[in-house]
Amino acid sequence: MLRYALKRLLSLILSLAVASVVIFAVIEIAPGDPASFMLGVNAQADTLAALRAELGLDVSKVQRYFNWVSGMLVGDFGTSYTYRTPVSQMIADRLWVSLPLALYALTLSTLIAFPAGIYAAARRGKPGDLAVMGATQLGVAVPNFWFAMMLVLIFAINLRWFNAGGFSGWDTGILAGLHSLTLPAIALALPQAAILARVMRSALLDILGEDFMRTARAKGLNPRQALWRHGVRNALIPVLTIIGLQFSFLLAGSIIIEQVFYLPGLGRLVFQAISARDLIVVESVVMLLVFAVITVNFLVDLAYAAVDPRLRSRT
Amino acid sequence: MTKQMFRTVSSVLAMSVSVLAGQALAKSDITIAMQLEPPHLDPTSAAAQAIDSVVYTNVFEGLTRFMGDGSVVPGLAEMWEISDDGTVYTFTLRDGVTFHDGTTMDAEDVKFSLDRATAEDSANAQKALFAGIETVEVVDPLTVKVTLSEPNGSFLFNMAWGDAVIVAPESIDGIKTNPVGTGAFAFGEWVQGDSITLNRNPNYWGNEPALETATFKFISDPTAAFAAMMAEDVDAFDNFPAPENLPQFEADPRFKVLVGSTEGETILSTNNKQPPFDDIRVRQALAHAIDRQAIIDGAMFGYGTPIGSHFAPHNPAYVDLTGNSAYDLEKAKALLAEAGFADGFETTLHLPPPSYARRGGEIIAAQLAEIGITAEIINVEWAQWLESVFNGKDFGLTIVSHTEPMDIGIYARPEYYFQYESTDFQTLMATLNSTTAPEERAKILGEAQRLIANDYVNGYLFQLAKLGVAKAGVQGLWENAPTAAIDLTAISWNE
Repeated sequence: MLRYALKRLLSLILSLAVASVVIFAVIEIAPGDPASFMLGVNAQADTLAALRAELGLDVSKVQRYFNWVSGMLVGDFGTSYTYRTPVSQMIADRLWVSLPLALYALTLSTLIAFPAGIYAAARRGKPGDLAVMGATQLGVAVPNFWFAMMLVLIFAINLRWFNAGGFSGWDTGILAGLHSLTLPAIALALPQAAILARVMRSALLDILGEDFMRTARAKGLNPRQALWRHGVRNALIPVLTIIGLQFSFLLAGSIIIEQVFYLPGLGRLVFQAISARDLIVVESVVMLLVFAVITVNFLVDLAYAAVDPRLRSRT
Repeated sequence: MTKQMFRTVSSVLAMSVSVLAGQALAKSDITIAMQLEPPHLDPTSAAAQAIDSVVYTNVFEGLTRFMGDGSVVPGLAEMWEISDDGTVYTFTLRDGVTFHDGTTMDAEDVKFSLDRATAEDSANAQKALFAGIETVEVVDPLTVKVTLSEPNGSFLFNMAWGDAVIVAPESIDGIKTNPVGTGAFAFGEWVQGDSITLNRNPNYWGNEPALETATFKFISDPTAAFAAMMAEDVDAFDNFPAPENLPQFEADPRFKVLVGSTEGETILSTNNKQPPFDDIRVRQALAHAIDRQAIIDGAMFGYGTPIGSHFAPHNPAYVDLTGNSAYDLEKAKALLAEAGFADGFETTLHLPPPSYARRGGEIIAAQLAEIGITAEIINVEWAQWLESVFNGKDFGLTIVSHTEPMDIGIYARPEYYFQYESTDFQTLMATLNSTTAPEERAKILGEAQRLIANDYVNGYLFQLAKLGVAKAGVQGLWENAPTAAIDLTAISWNE
């Protein structure tokens, strides 16, 4: 097990190193100079040169890459070109919005998807199943920003139950903070819930055909008891995998929703930084997300191996 | 029991009465939305207009300042004397002005600010504003003498820009995130990505503003902007990004729409050095092929004033030259044929992100197709536009709004991206700079407008409109935008 873990760890480090090169190269290749973006159309050549020197853009790209990587190794992500604040602090601030939003959306999507999926599986082919499947089909097809706009129209503009956007900040209270994240969380959660419900249903249906389910019935359990005691638990494995994937998607992929609800989250930070060519911010945020995904995968690998000894011997 | 209940009821009543009384008092806070967030808050080291929108005249003040109508009035300088040869300006500063950190604003600070802007390592985005400054001398704490290398008729105008505000050496290090100025509002808090709050400065030298606090919120998405106004989450939107929604606000008694003018000449910028645009007949053909009104209606939903040269229509020196390039397809075709392009030609049309460019570009491409010109549309981000079009000069046509006030002088710079080279024009600008009498200056400016219109340097489209939306009770918002600014000192509630 230890050898397996070390092997996985080595591959994790290699992946991160490769990712850092790719991220740096791709972002640096994009046309556009941060200094000239900041100084605009009337900037004089000497002003541009002064600013480039101040930002540390006057050294070679290779050296910039090593400065960046060596900084990150000790937790220093550098200083934003435009905001002039440490990138690590900016990321931390934004995570306080994006992380709770992702968790909130994930909770909502799970709360909707589990009952819906189980209900549909238990009533396979019956009107209830068809209704749930129809609804999830719609949920998968409709883009979340459209949901978001509809939610704003109904609950913010007409009913005035929520603000149309913005984040009140956690210092105004947890409830107020959650309140301002509710519409974005619903908008993010619905399409994810639709996907999850379908996965839940099909996983359950697969399980229901298994021998051990028949055994359970033979032991005298009624269909509902068998479904809950043996079916749902076993169906959780693929479902949890999907939830894990959805979490990284929600964390990184809420750029559009953060725009629609003008939330000061990580997605909006990346969006702004890209258009301002705040390269160091883009590079660091992307690197952090890659790090998060790779680390989660590493932990999942370890968990699989702990559960399933066959994996250990194979690698 | 009943007594207890009576007491509760009466205290609830008393509370609601006091709440009502509170509402009767005029509101003293406002939330104003704008599309872009400032990158930082130092107006003297960046071109971002969003910085000026937040801090200009609110946090920072200059020797002179712009008013909402574009006039230049005394700011921190109470008055000034100009030497007969027009090269020495002696400013008398206001007495008793302090920065928000309590330090005094005096001649040393003025010298510091101007020296900083002209220094070799200066990061000022508008360094040209200070180009003629030779020396800045402190005569006494309230008198400062600025000597120019040659007379400059626009010096007082230049000193009104946000890039020329007075800063203090004591607080300069933190200026980007904690700006300390002399204005009526002091910096409060910045929740990055969300909002900036300013609070009234109790020690302000001028009239006390009606507002106590102001919050600027950043909403970039046009749909979100509409929703935020409609849900009354914000009290005003500085420059509303979706002109198509304005009729809806106009029809709603809760809101008012403020349509004004900006300093933005929106032009079909033409690479004068790239064939075939080096031929004036081709440029003239372009000008006659463009139907301005169709672009204003189609791209801006009718908001915008047609222009025929690079000059703002609200300026007293404006000359209407739109007739010079009237929409005339036959003439355009004839000119192209004369230049040897009877069958037209192919070129590129680079479009930066704003909707005036993206929507306007589609319409212009269609109009150019009428005379056989195929313009390949290339959508670019601003950073890309700066690199390839503005600095690289690698373009045929592009659409851009030149938002700096009084920027006709760019036509005197042959290296400027549209690469217009005319010694006549350069002489004209040199004369303008050394002229201070207003009527003389107006005459020269009129000539300058005619010269570039007759040379068909660029396609002149329209003056960009400023489209503000506010709750009906908000008073004193600038209708026009002589510079990027949201002047809080003038704003009050009338409810």
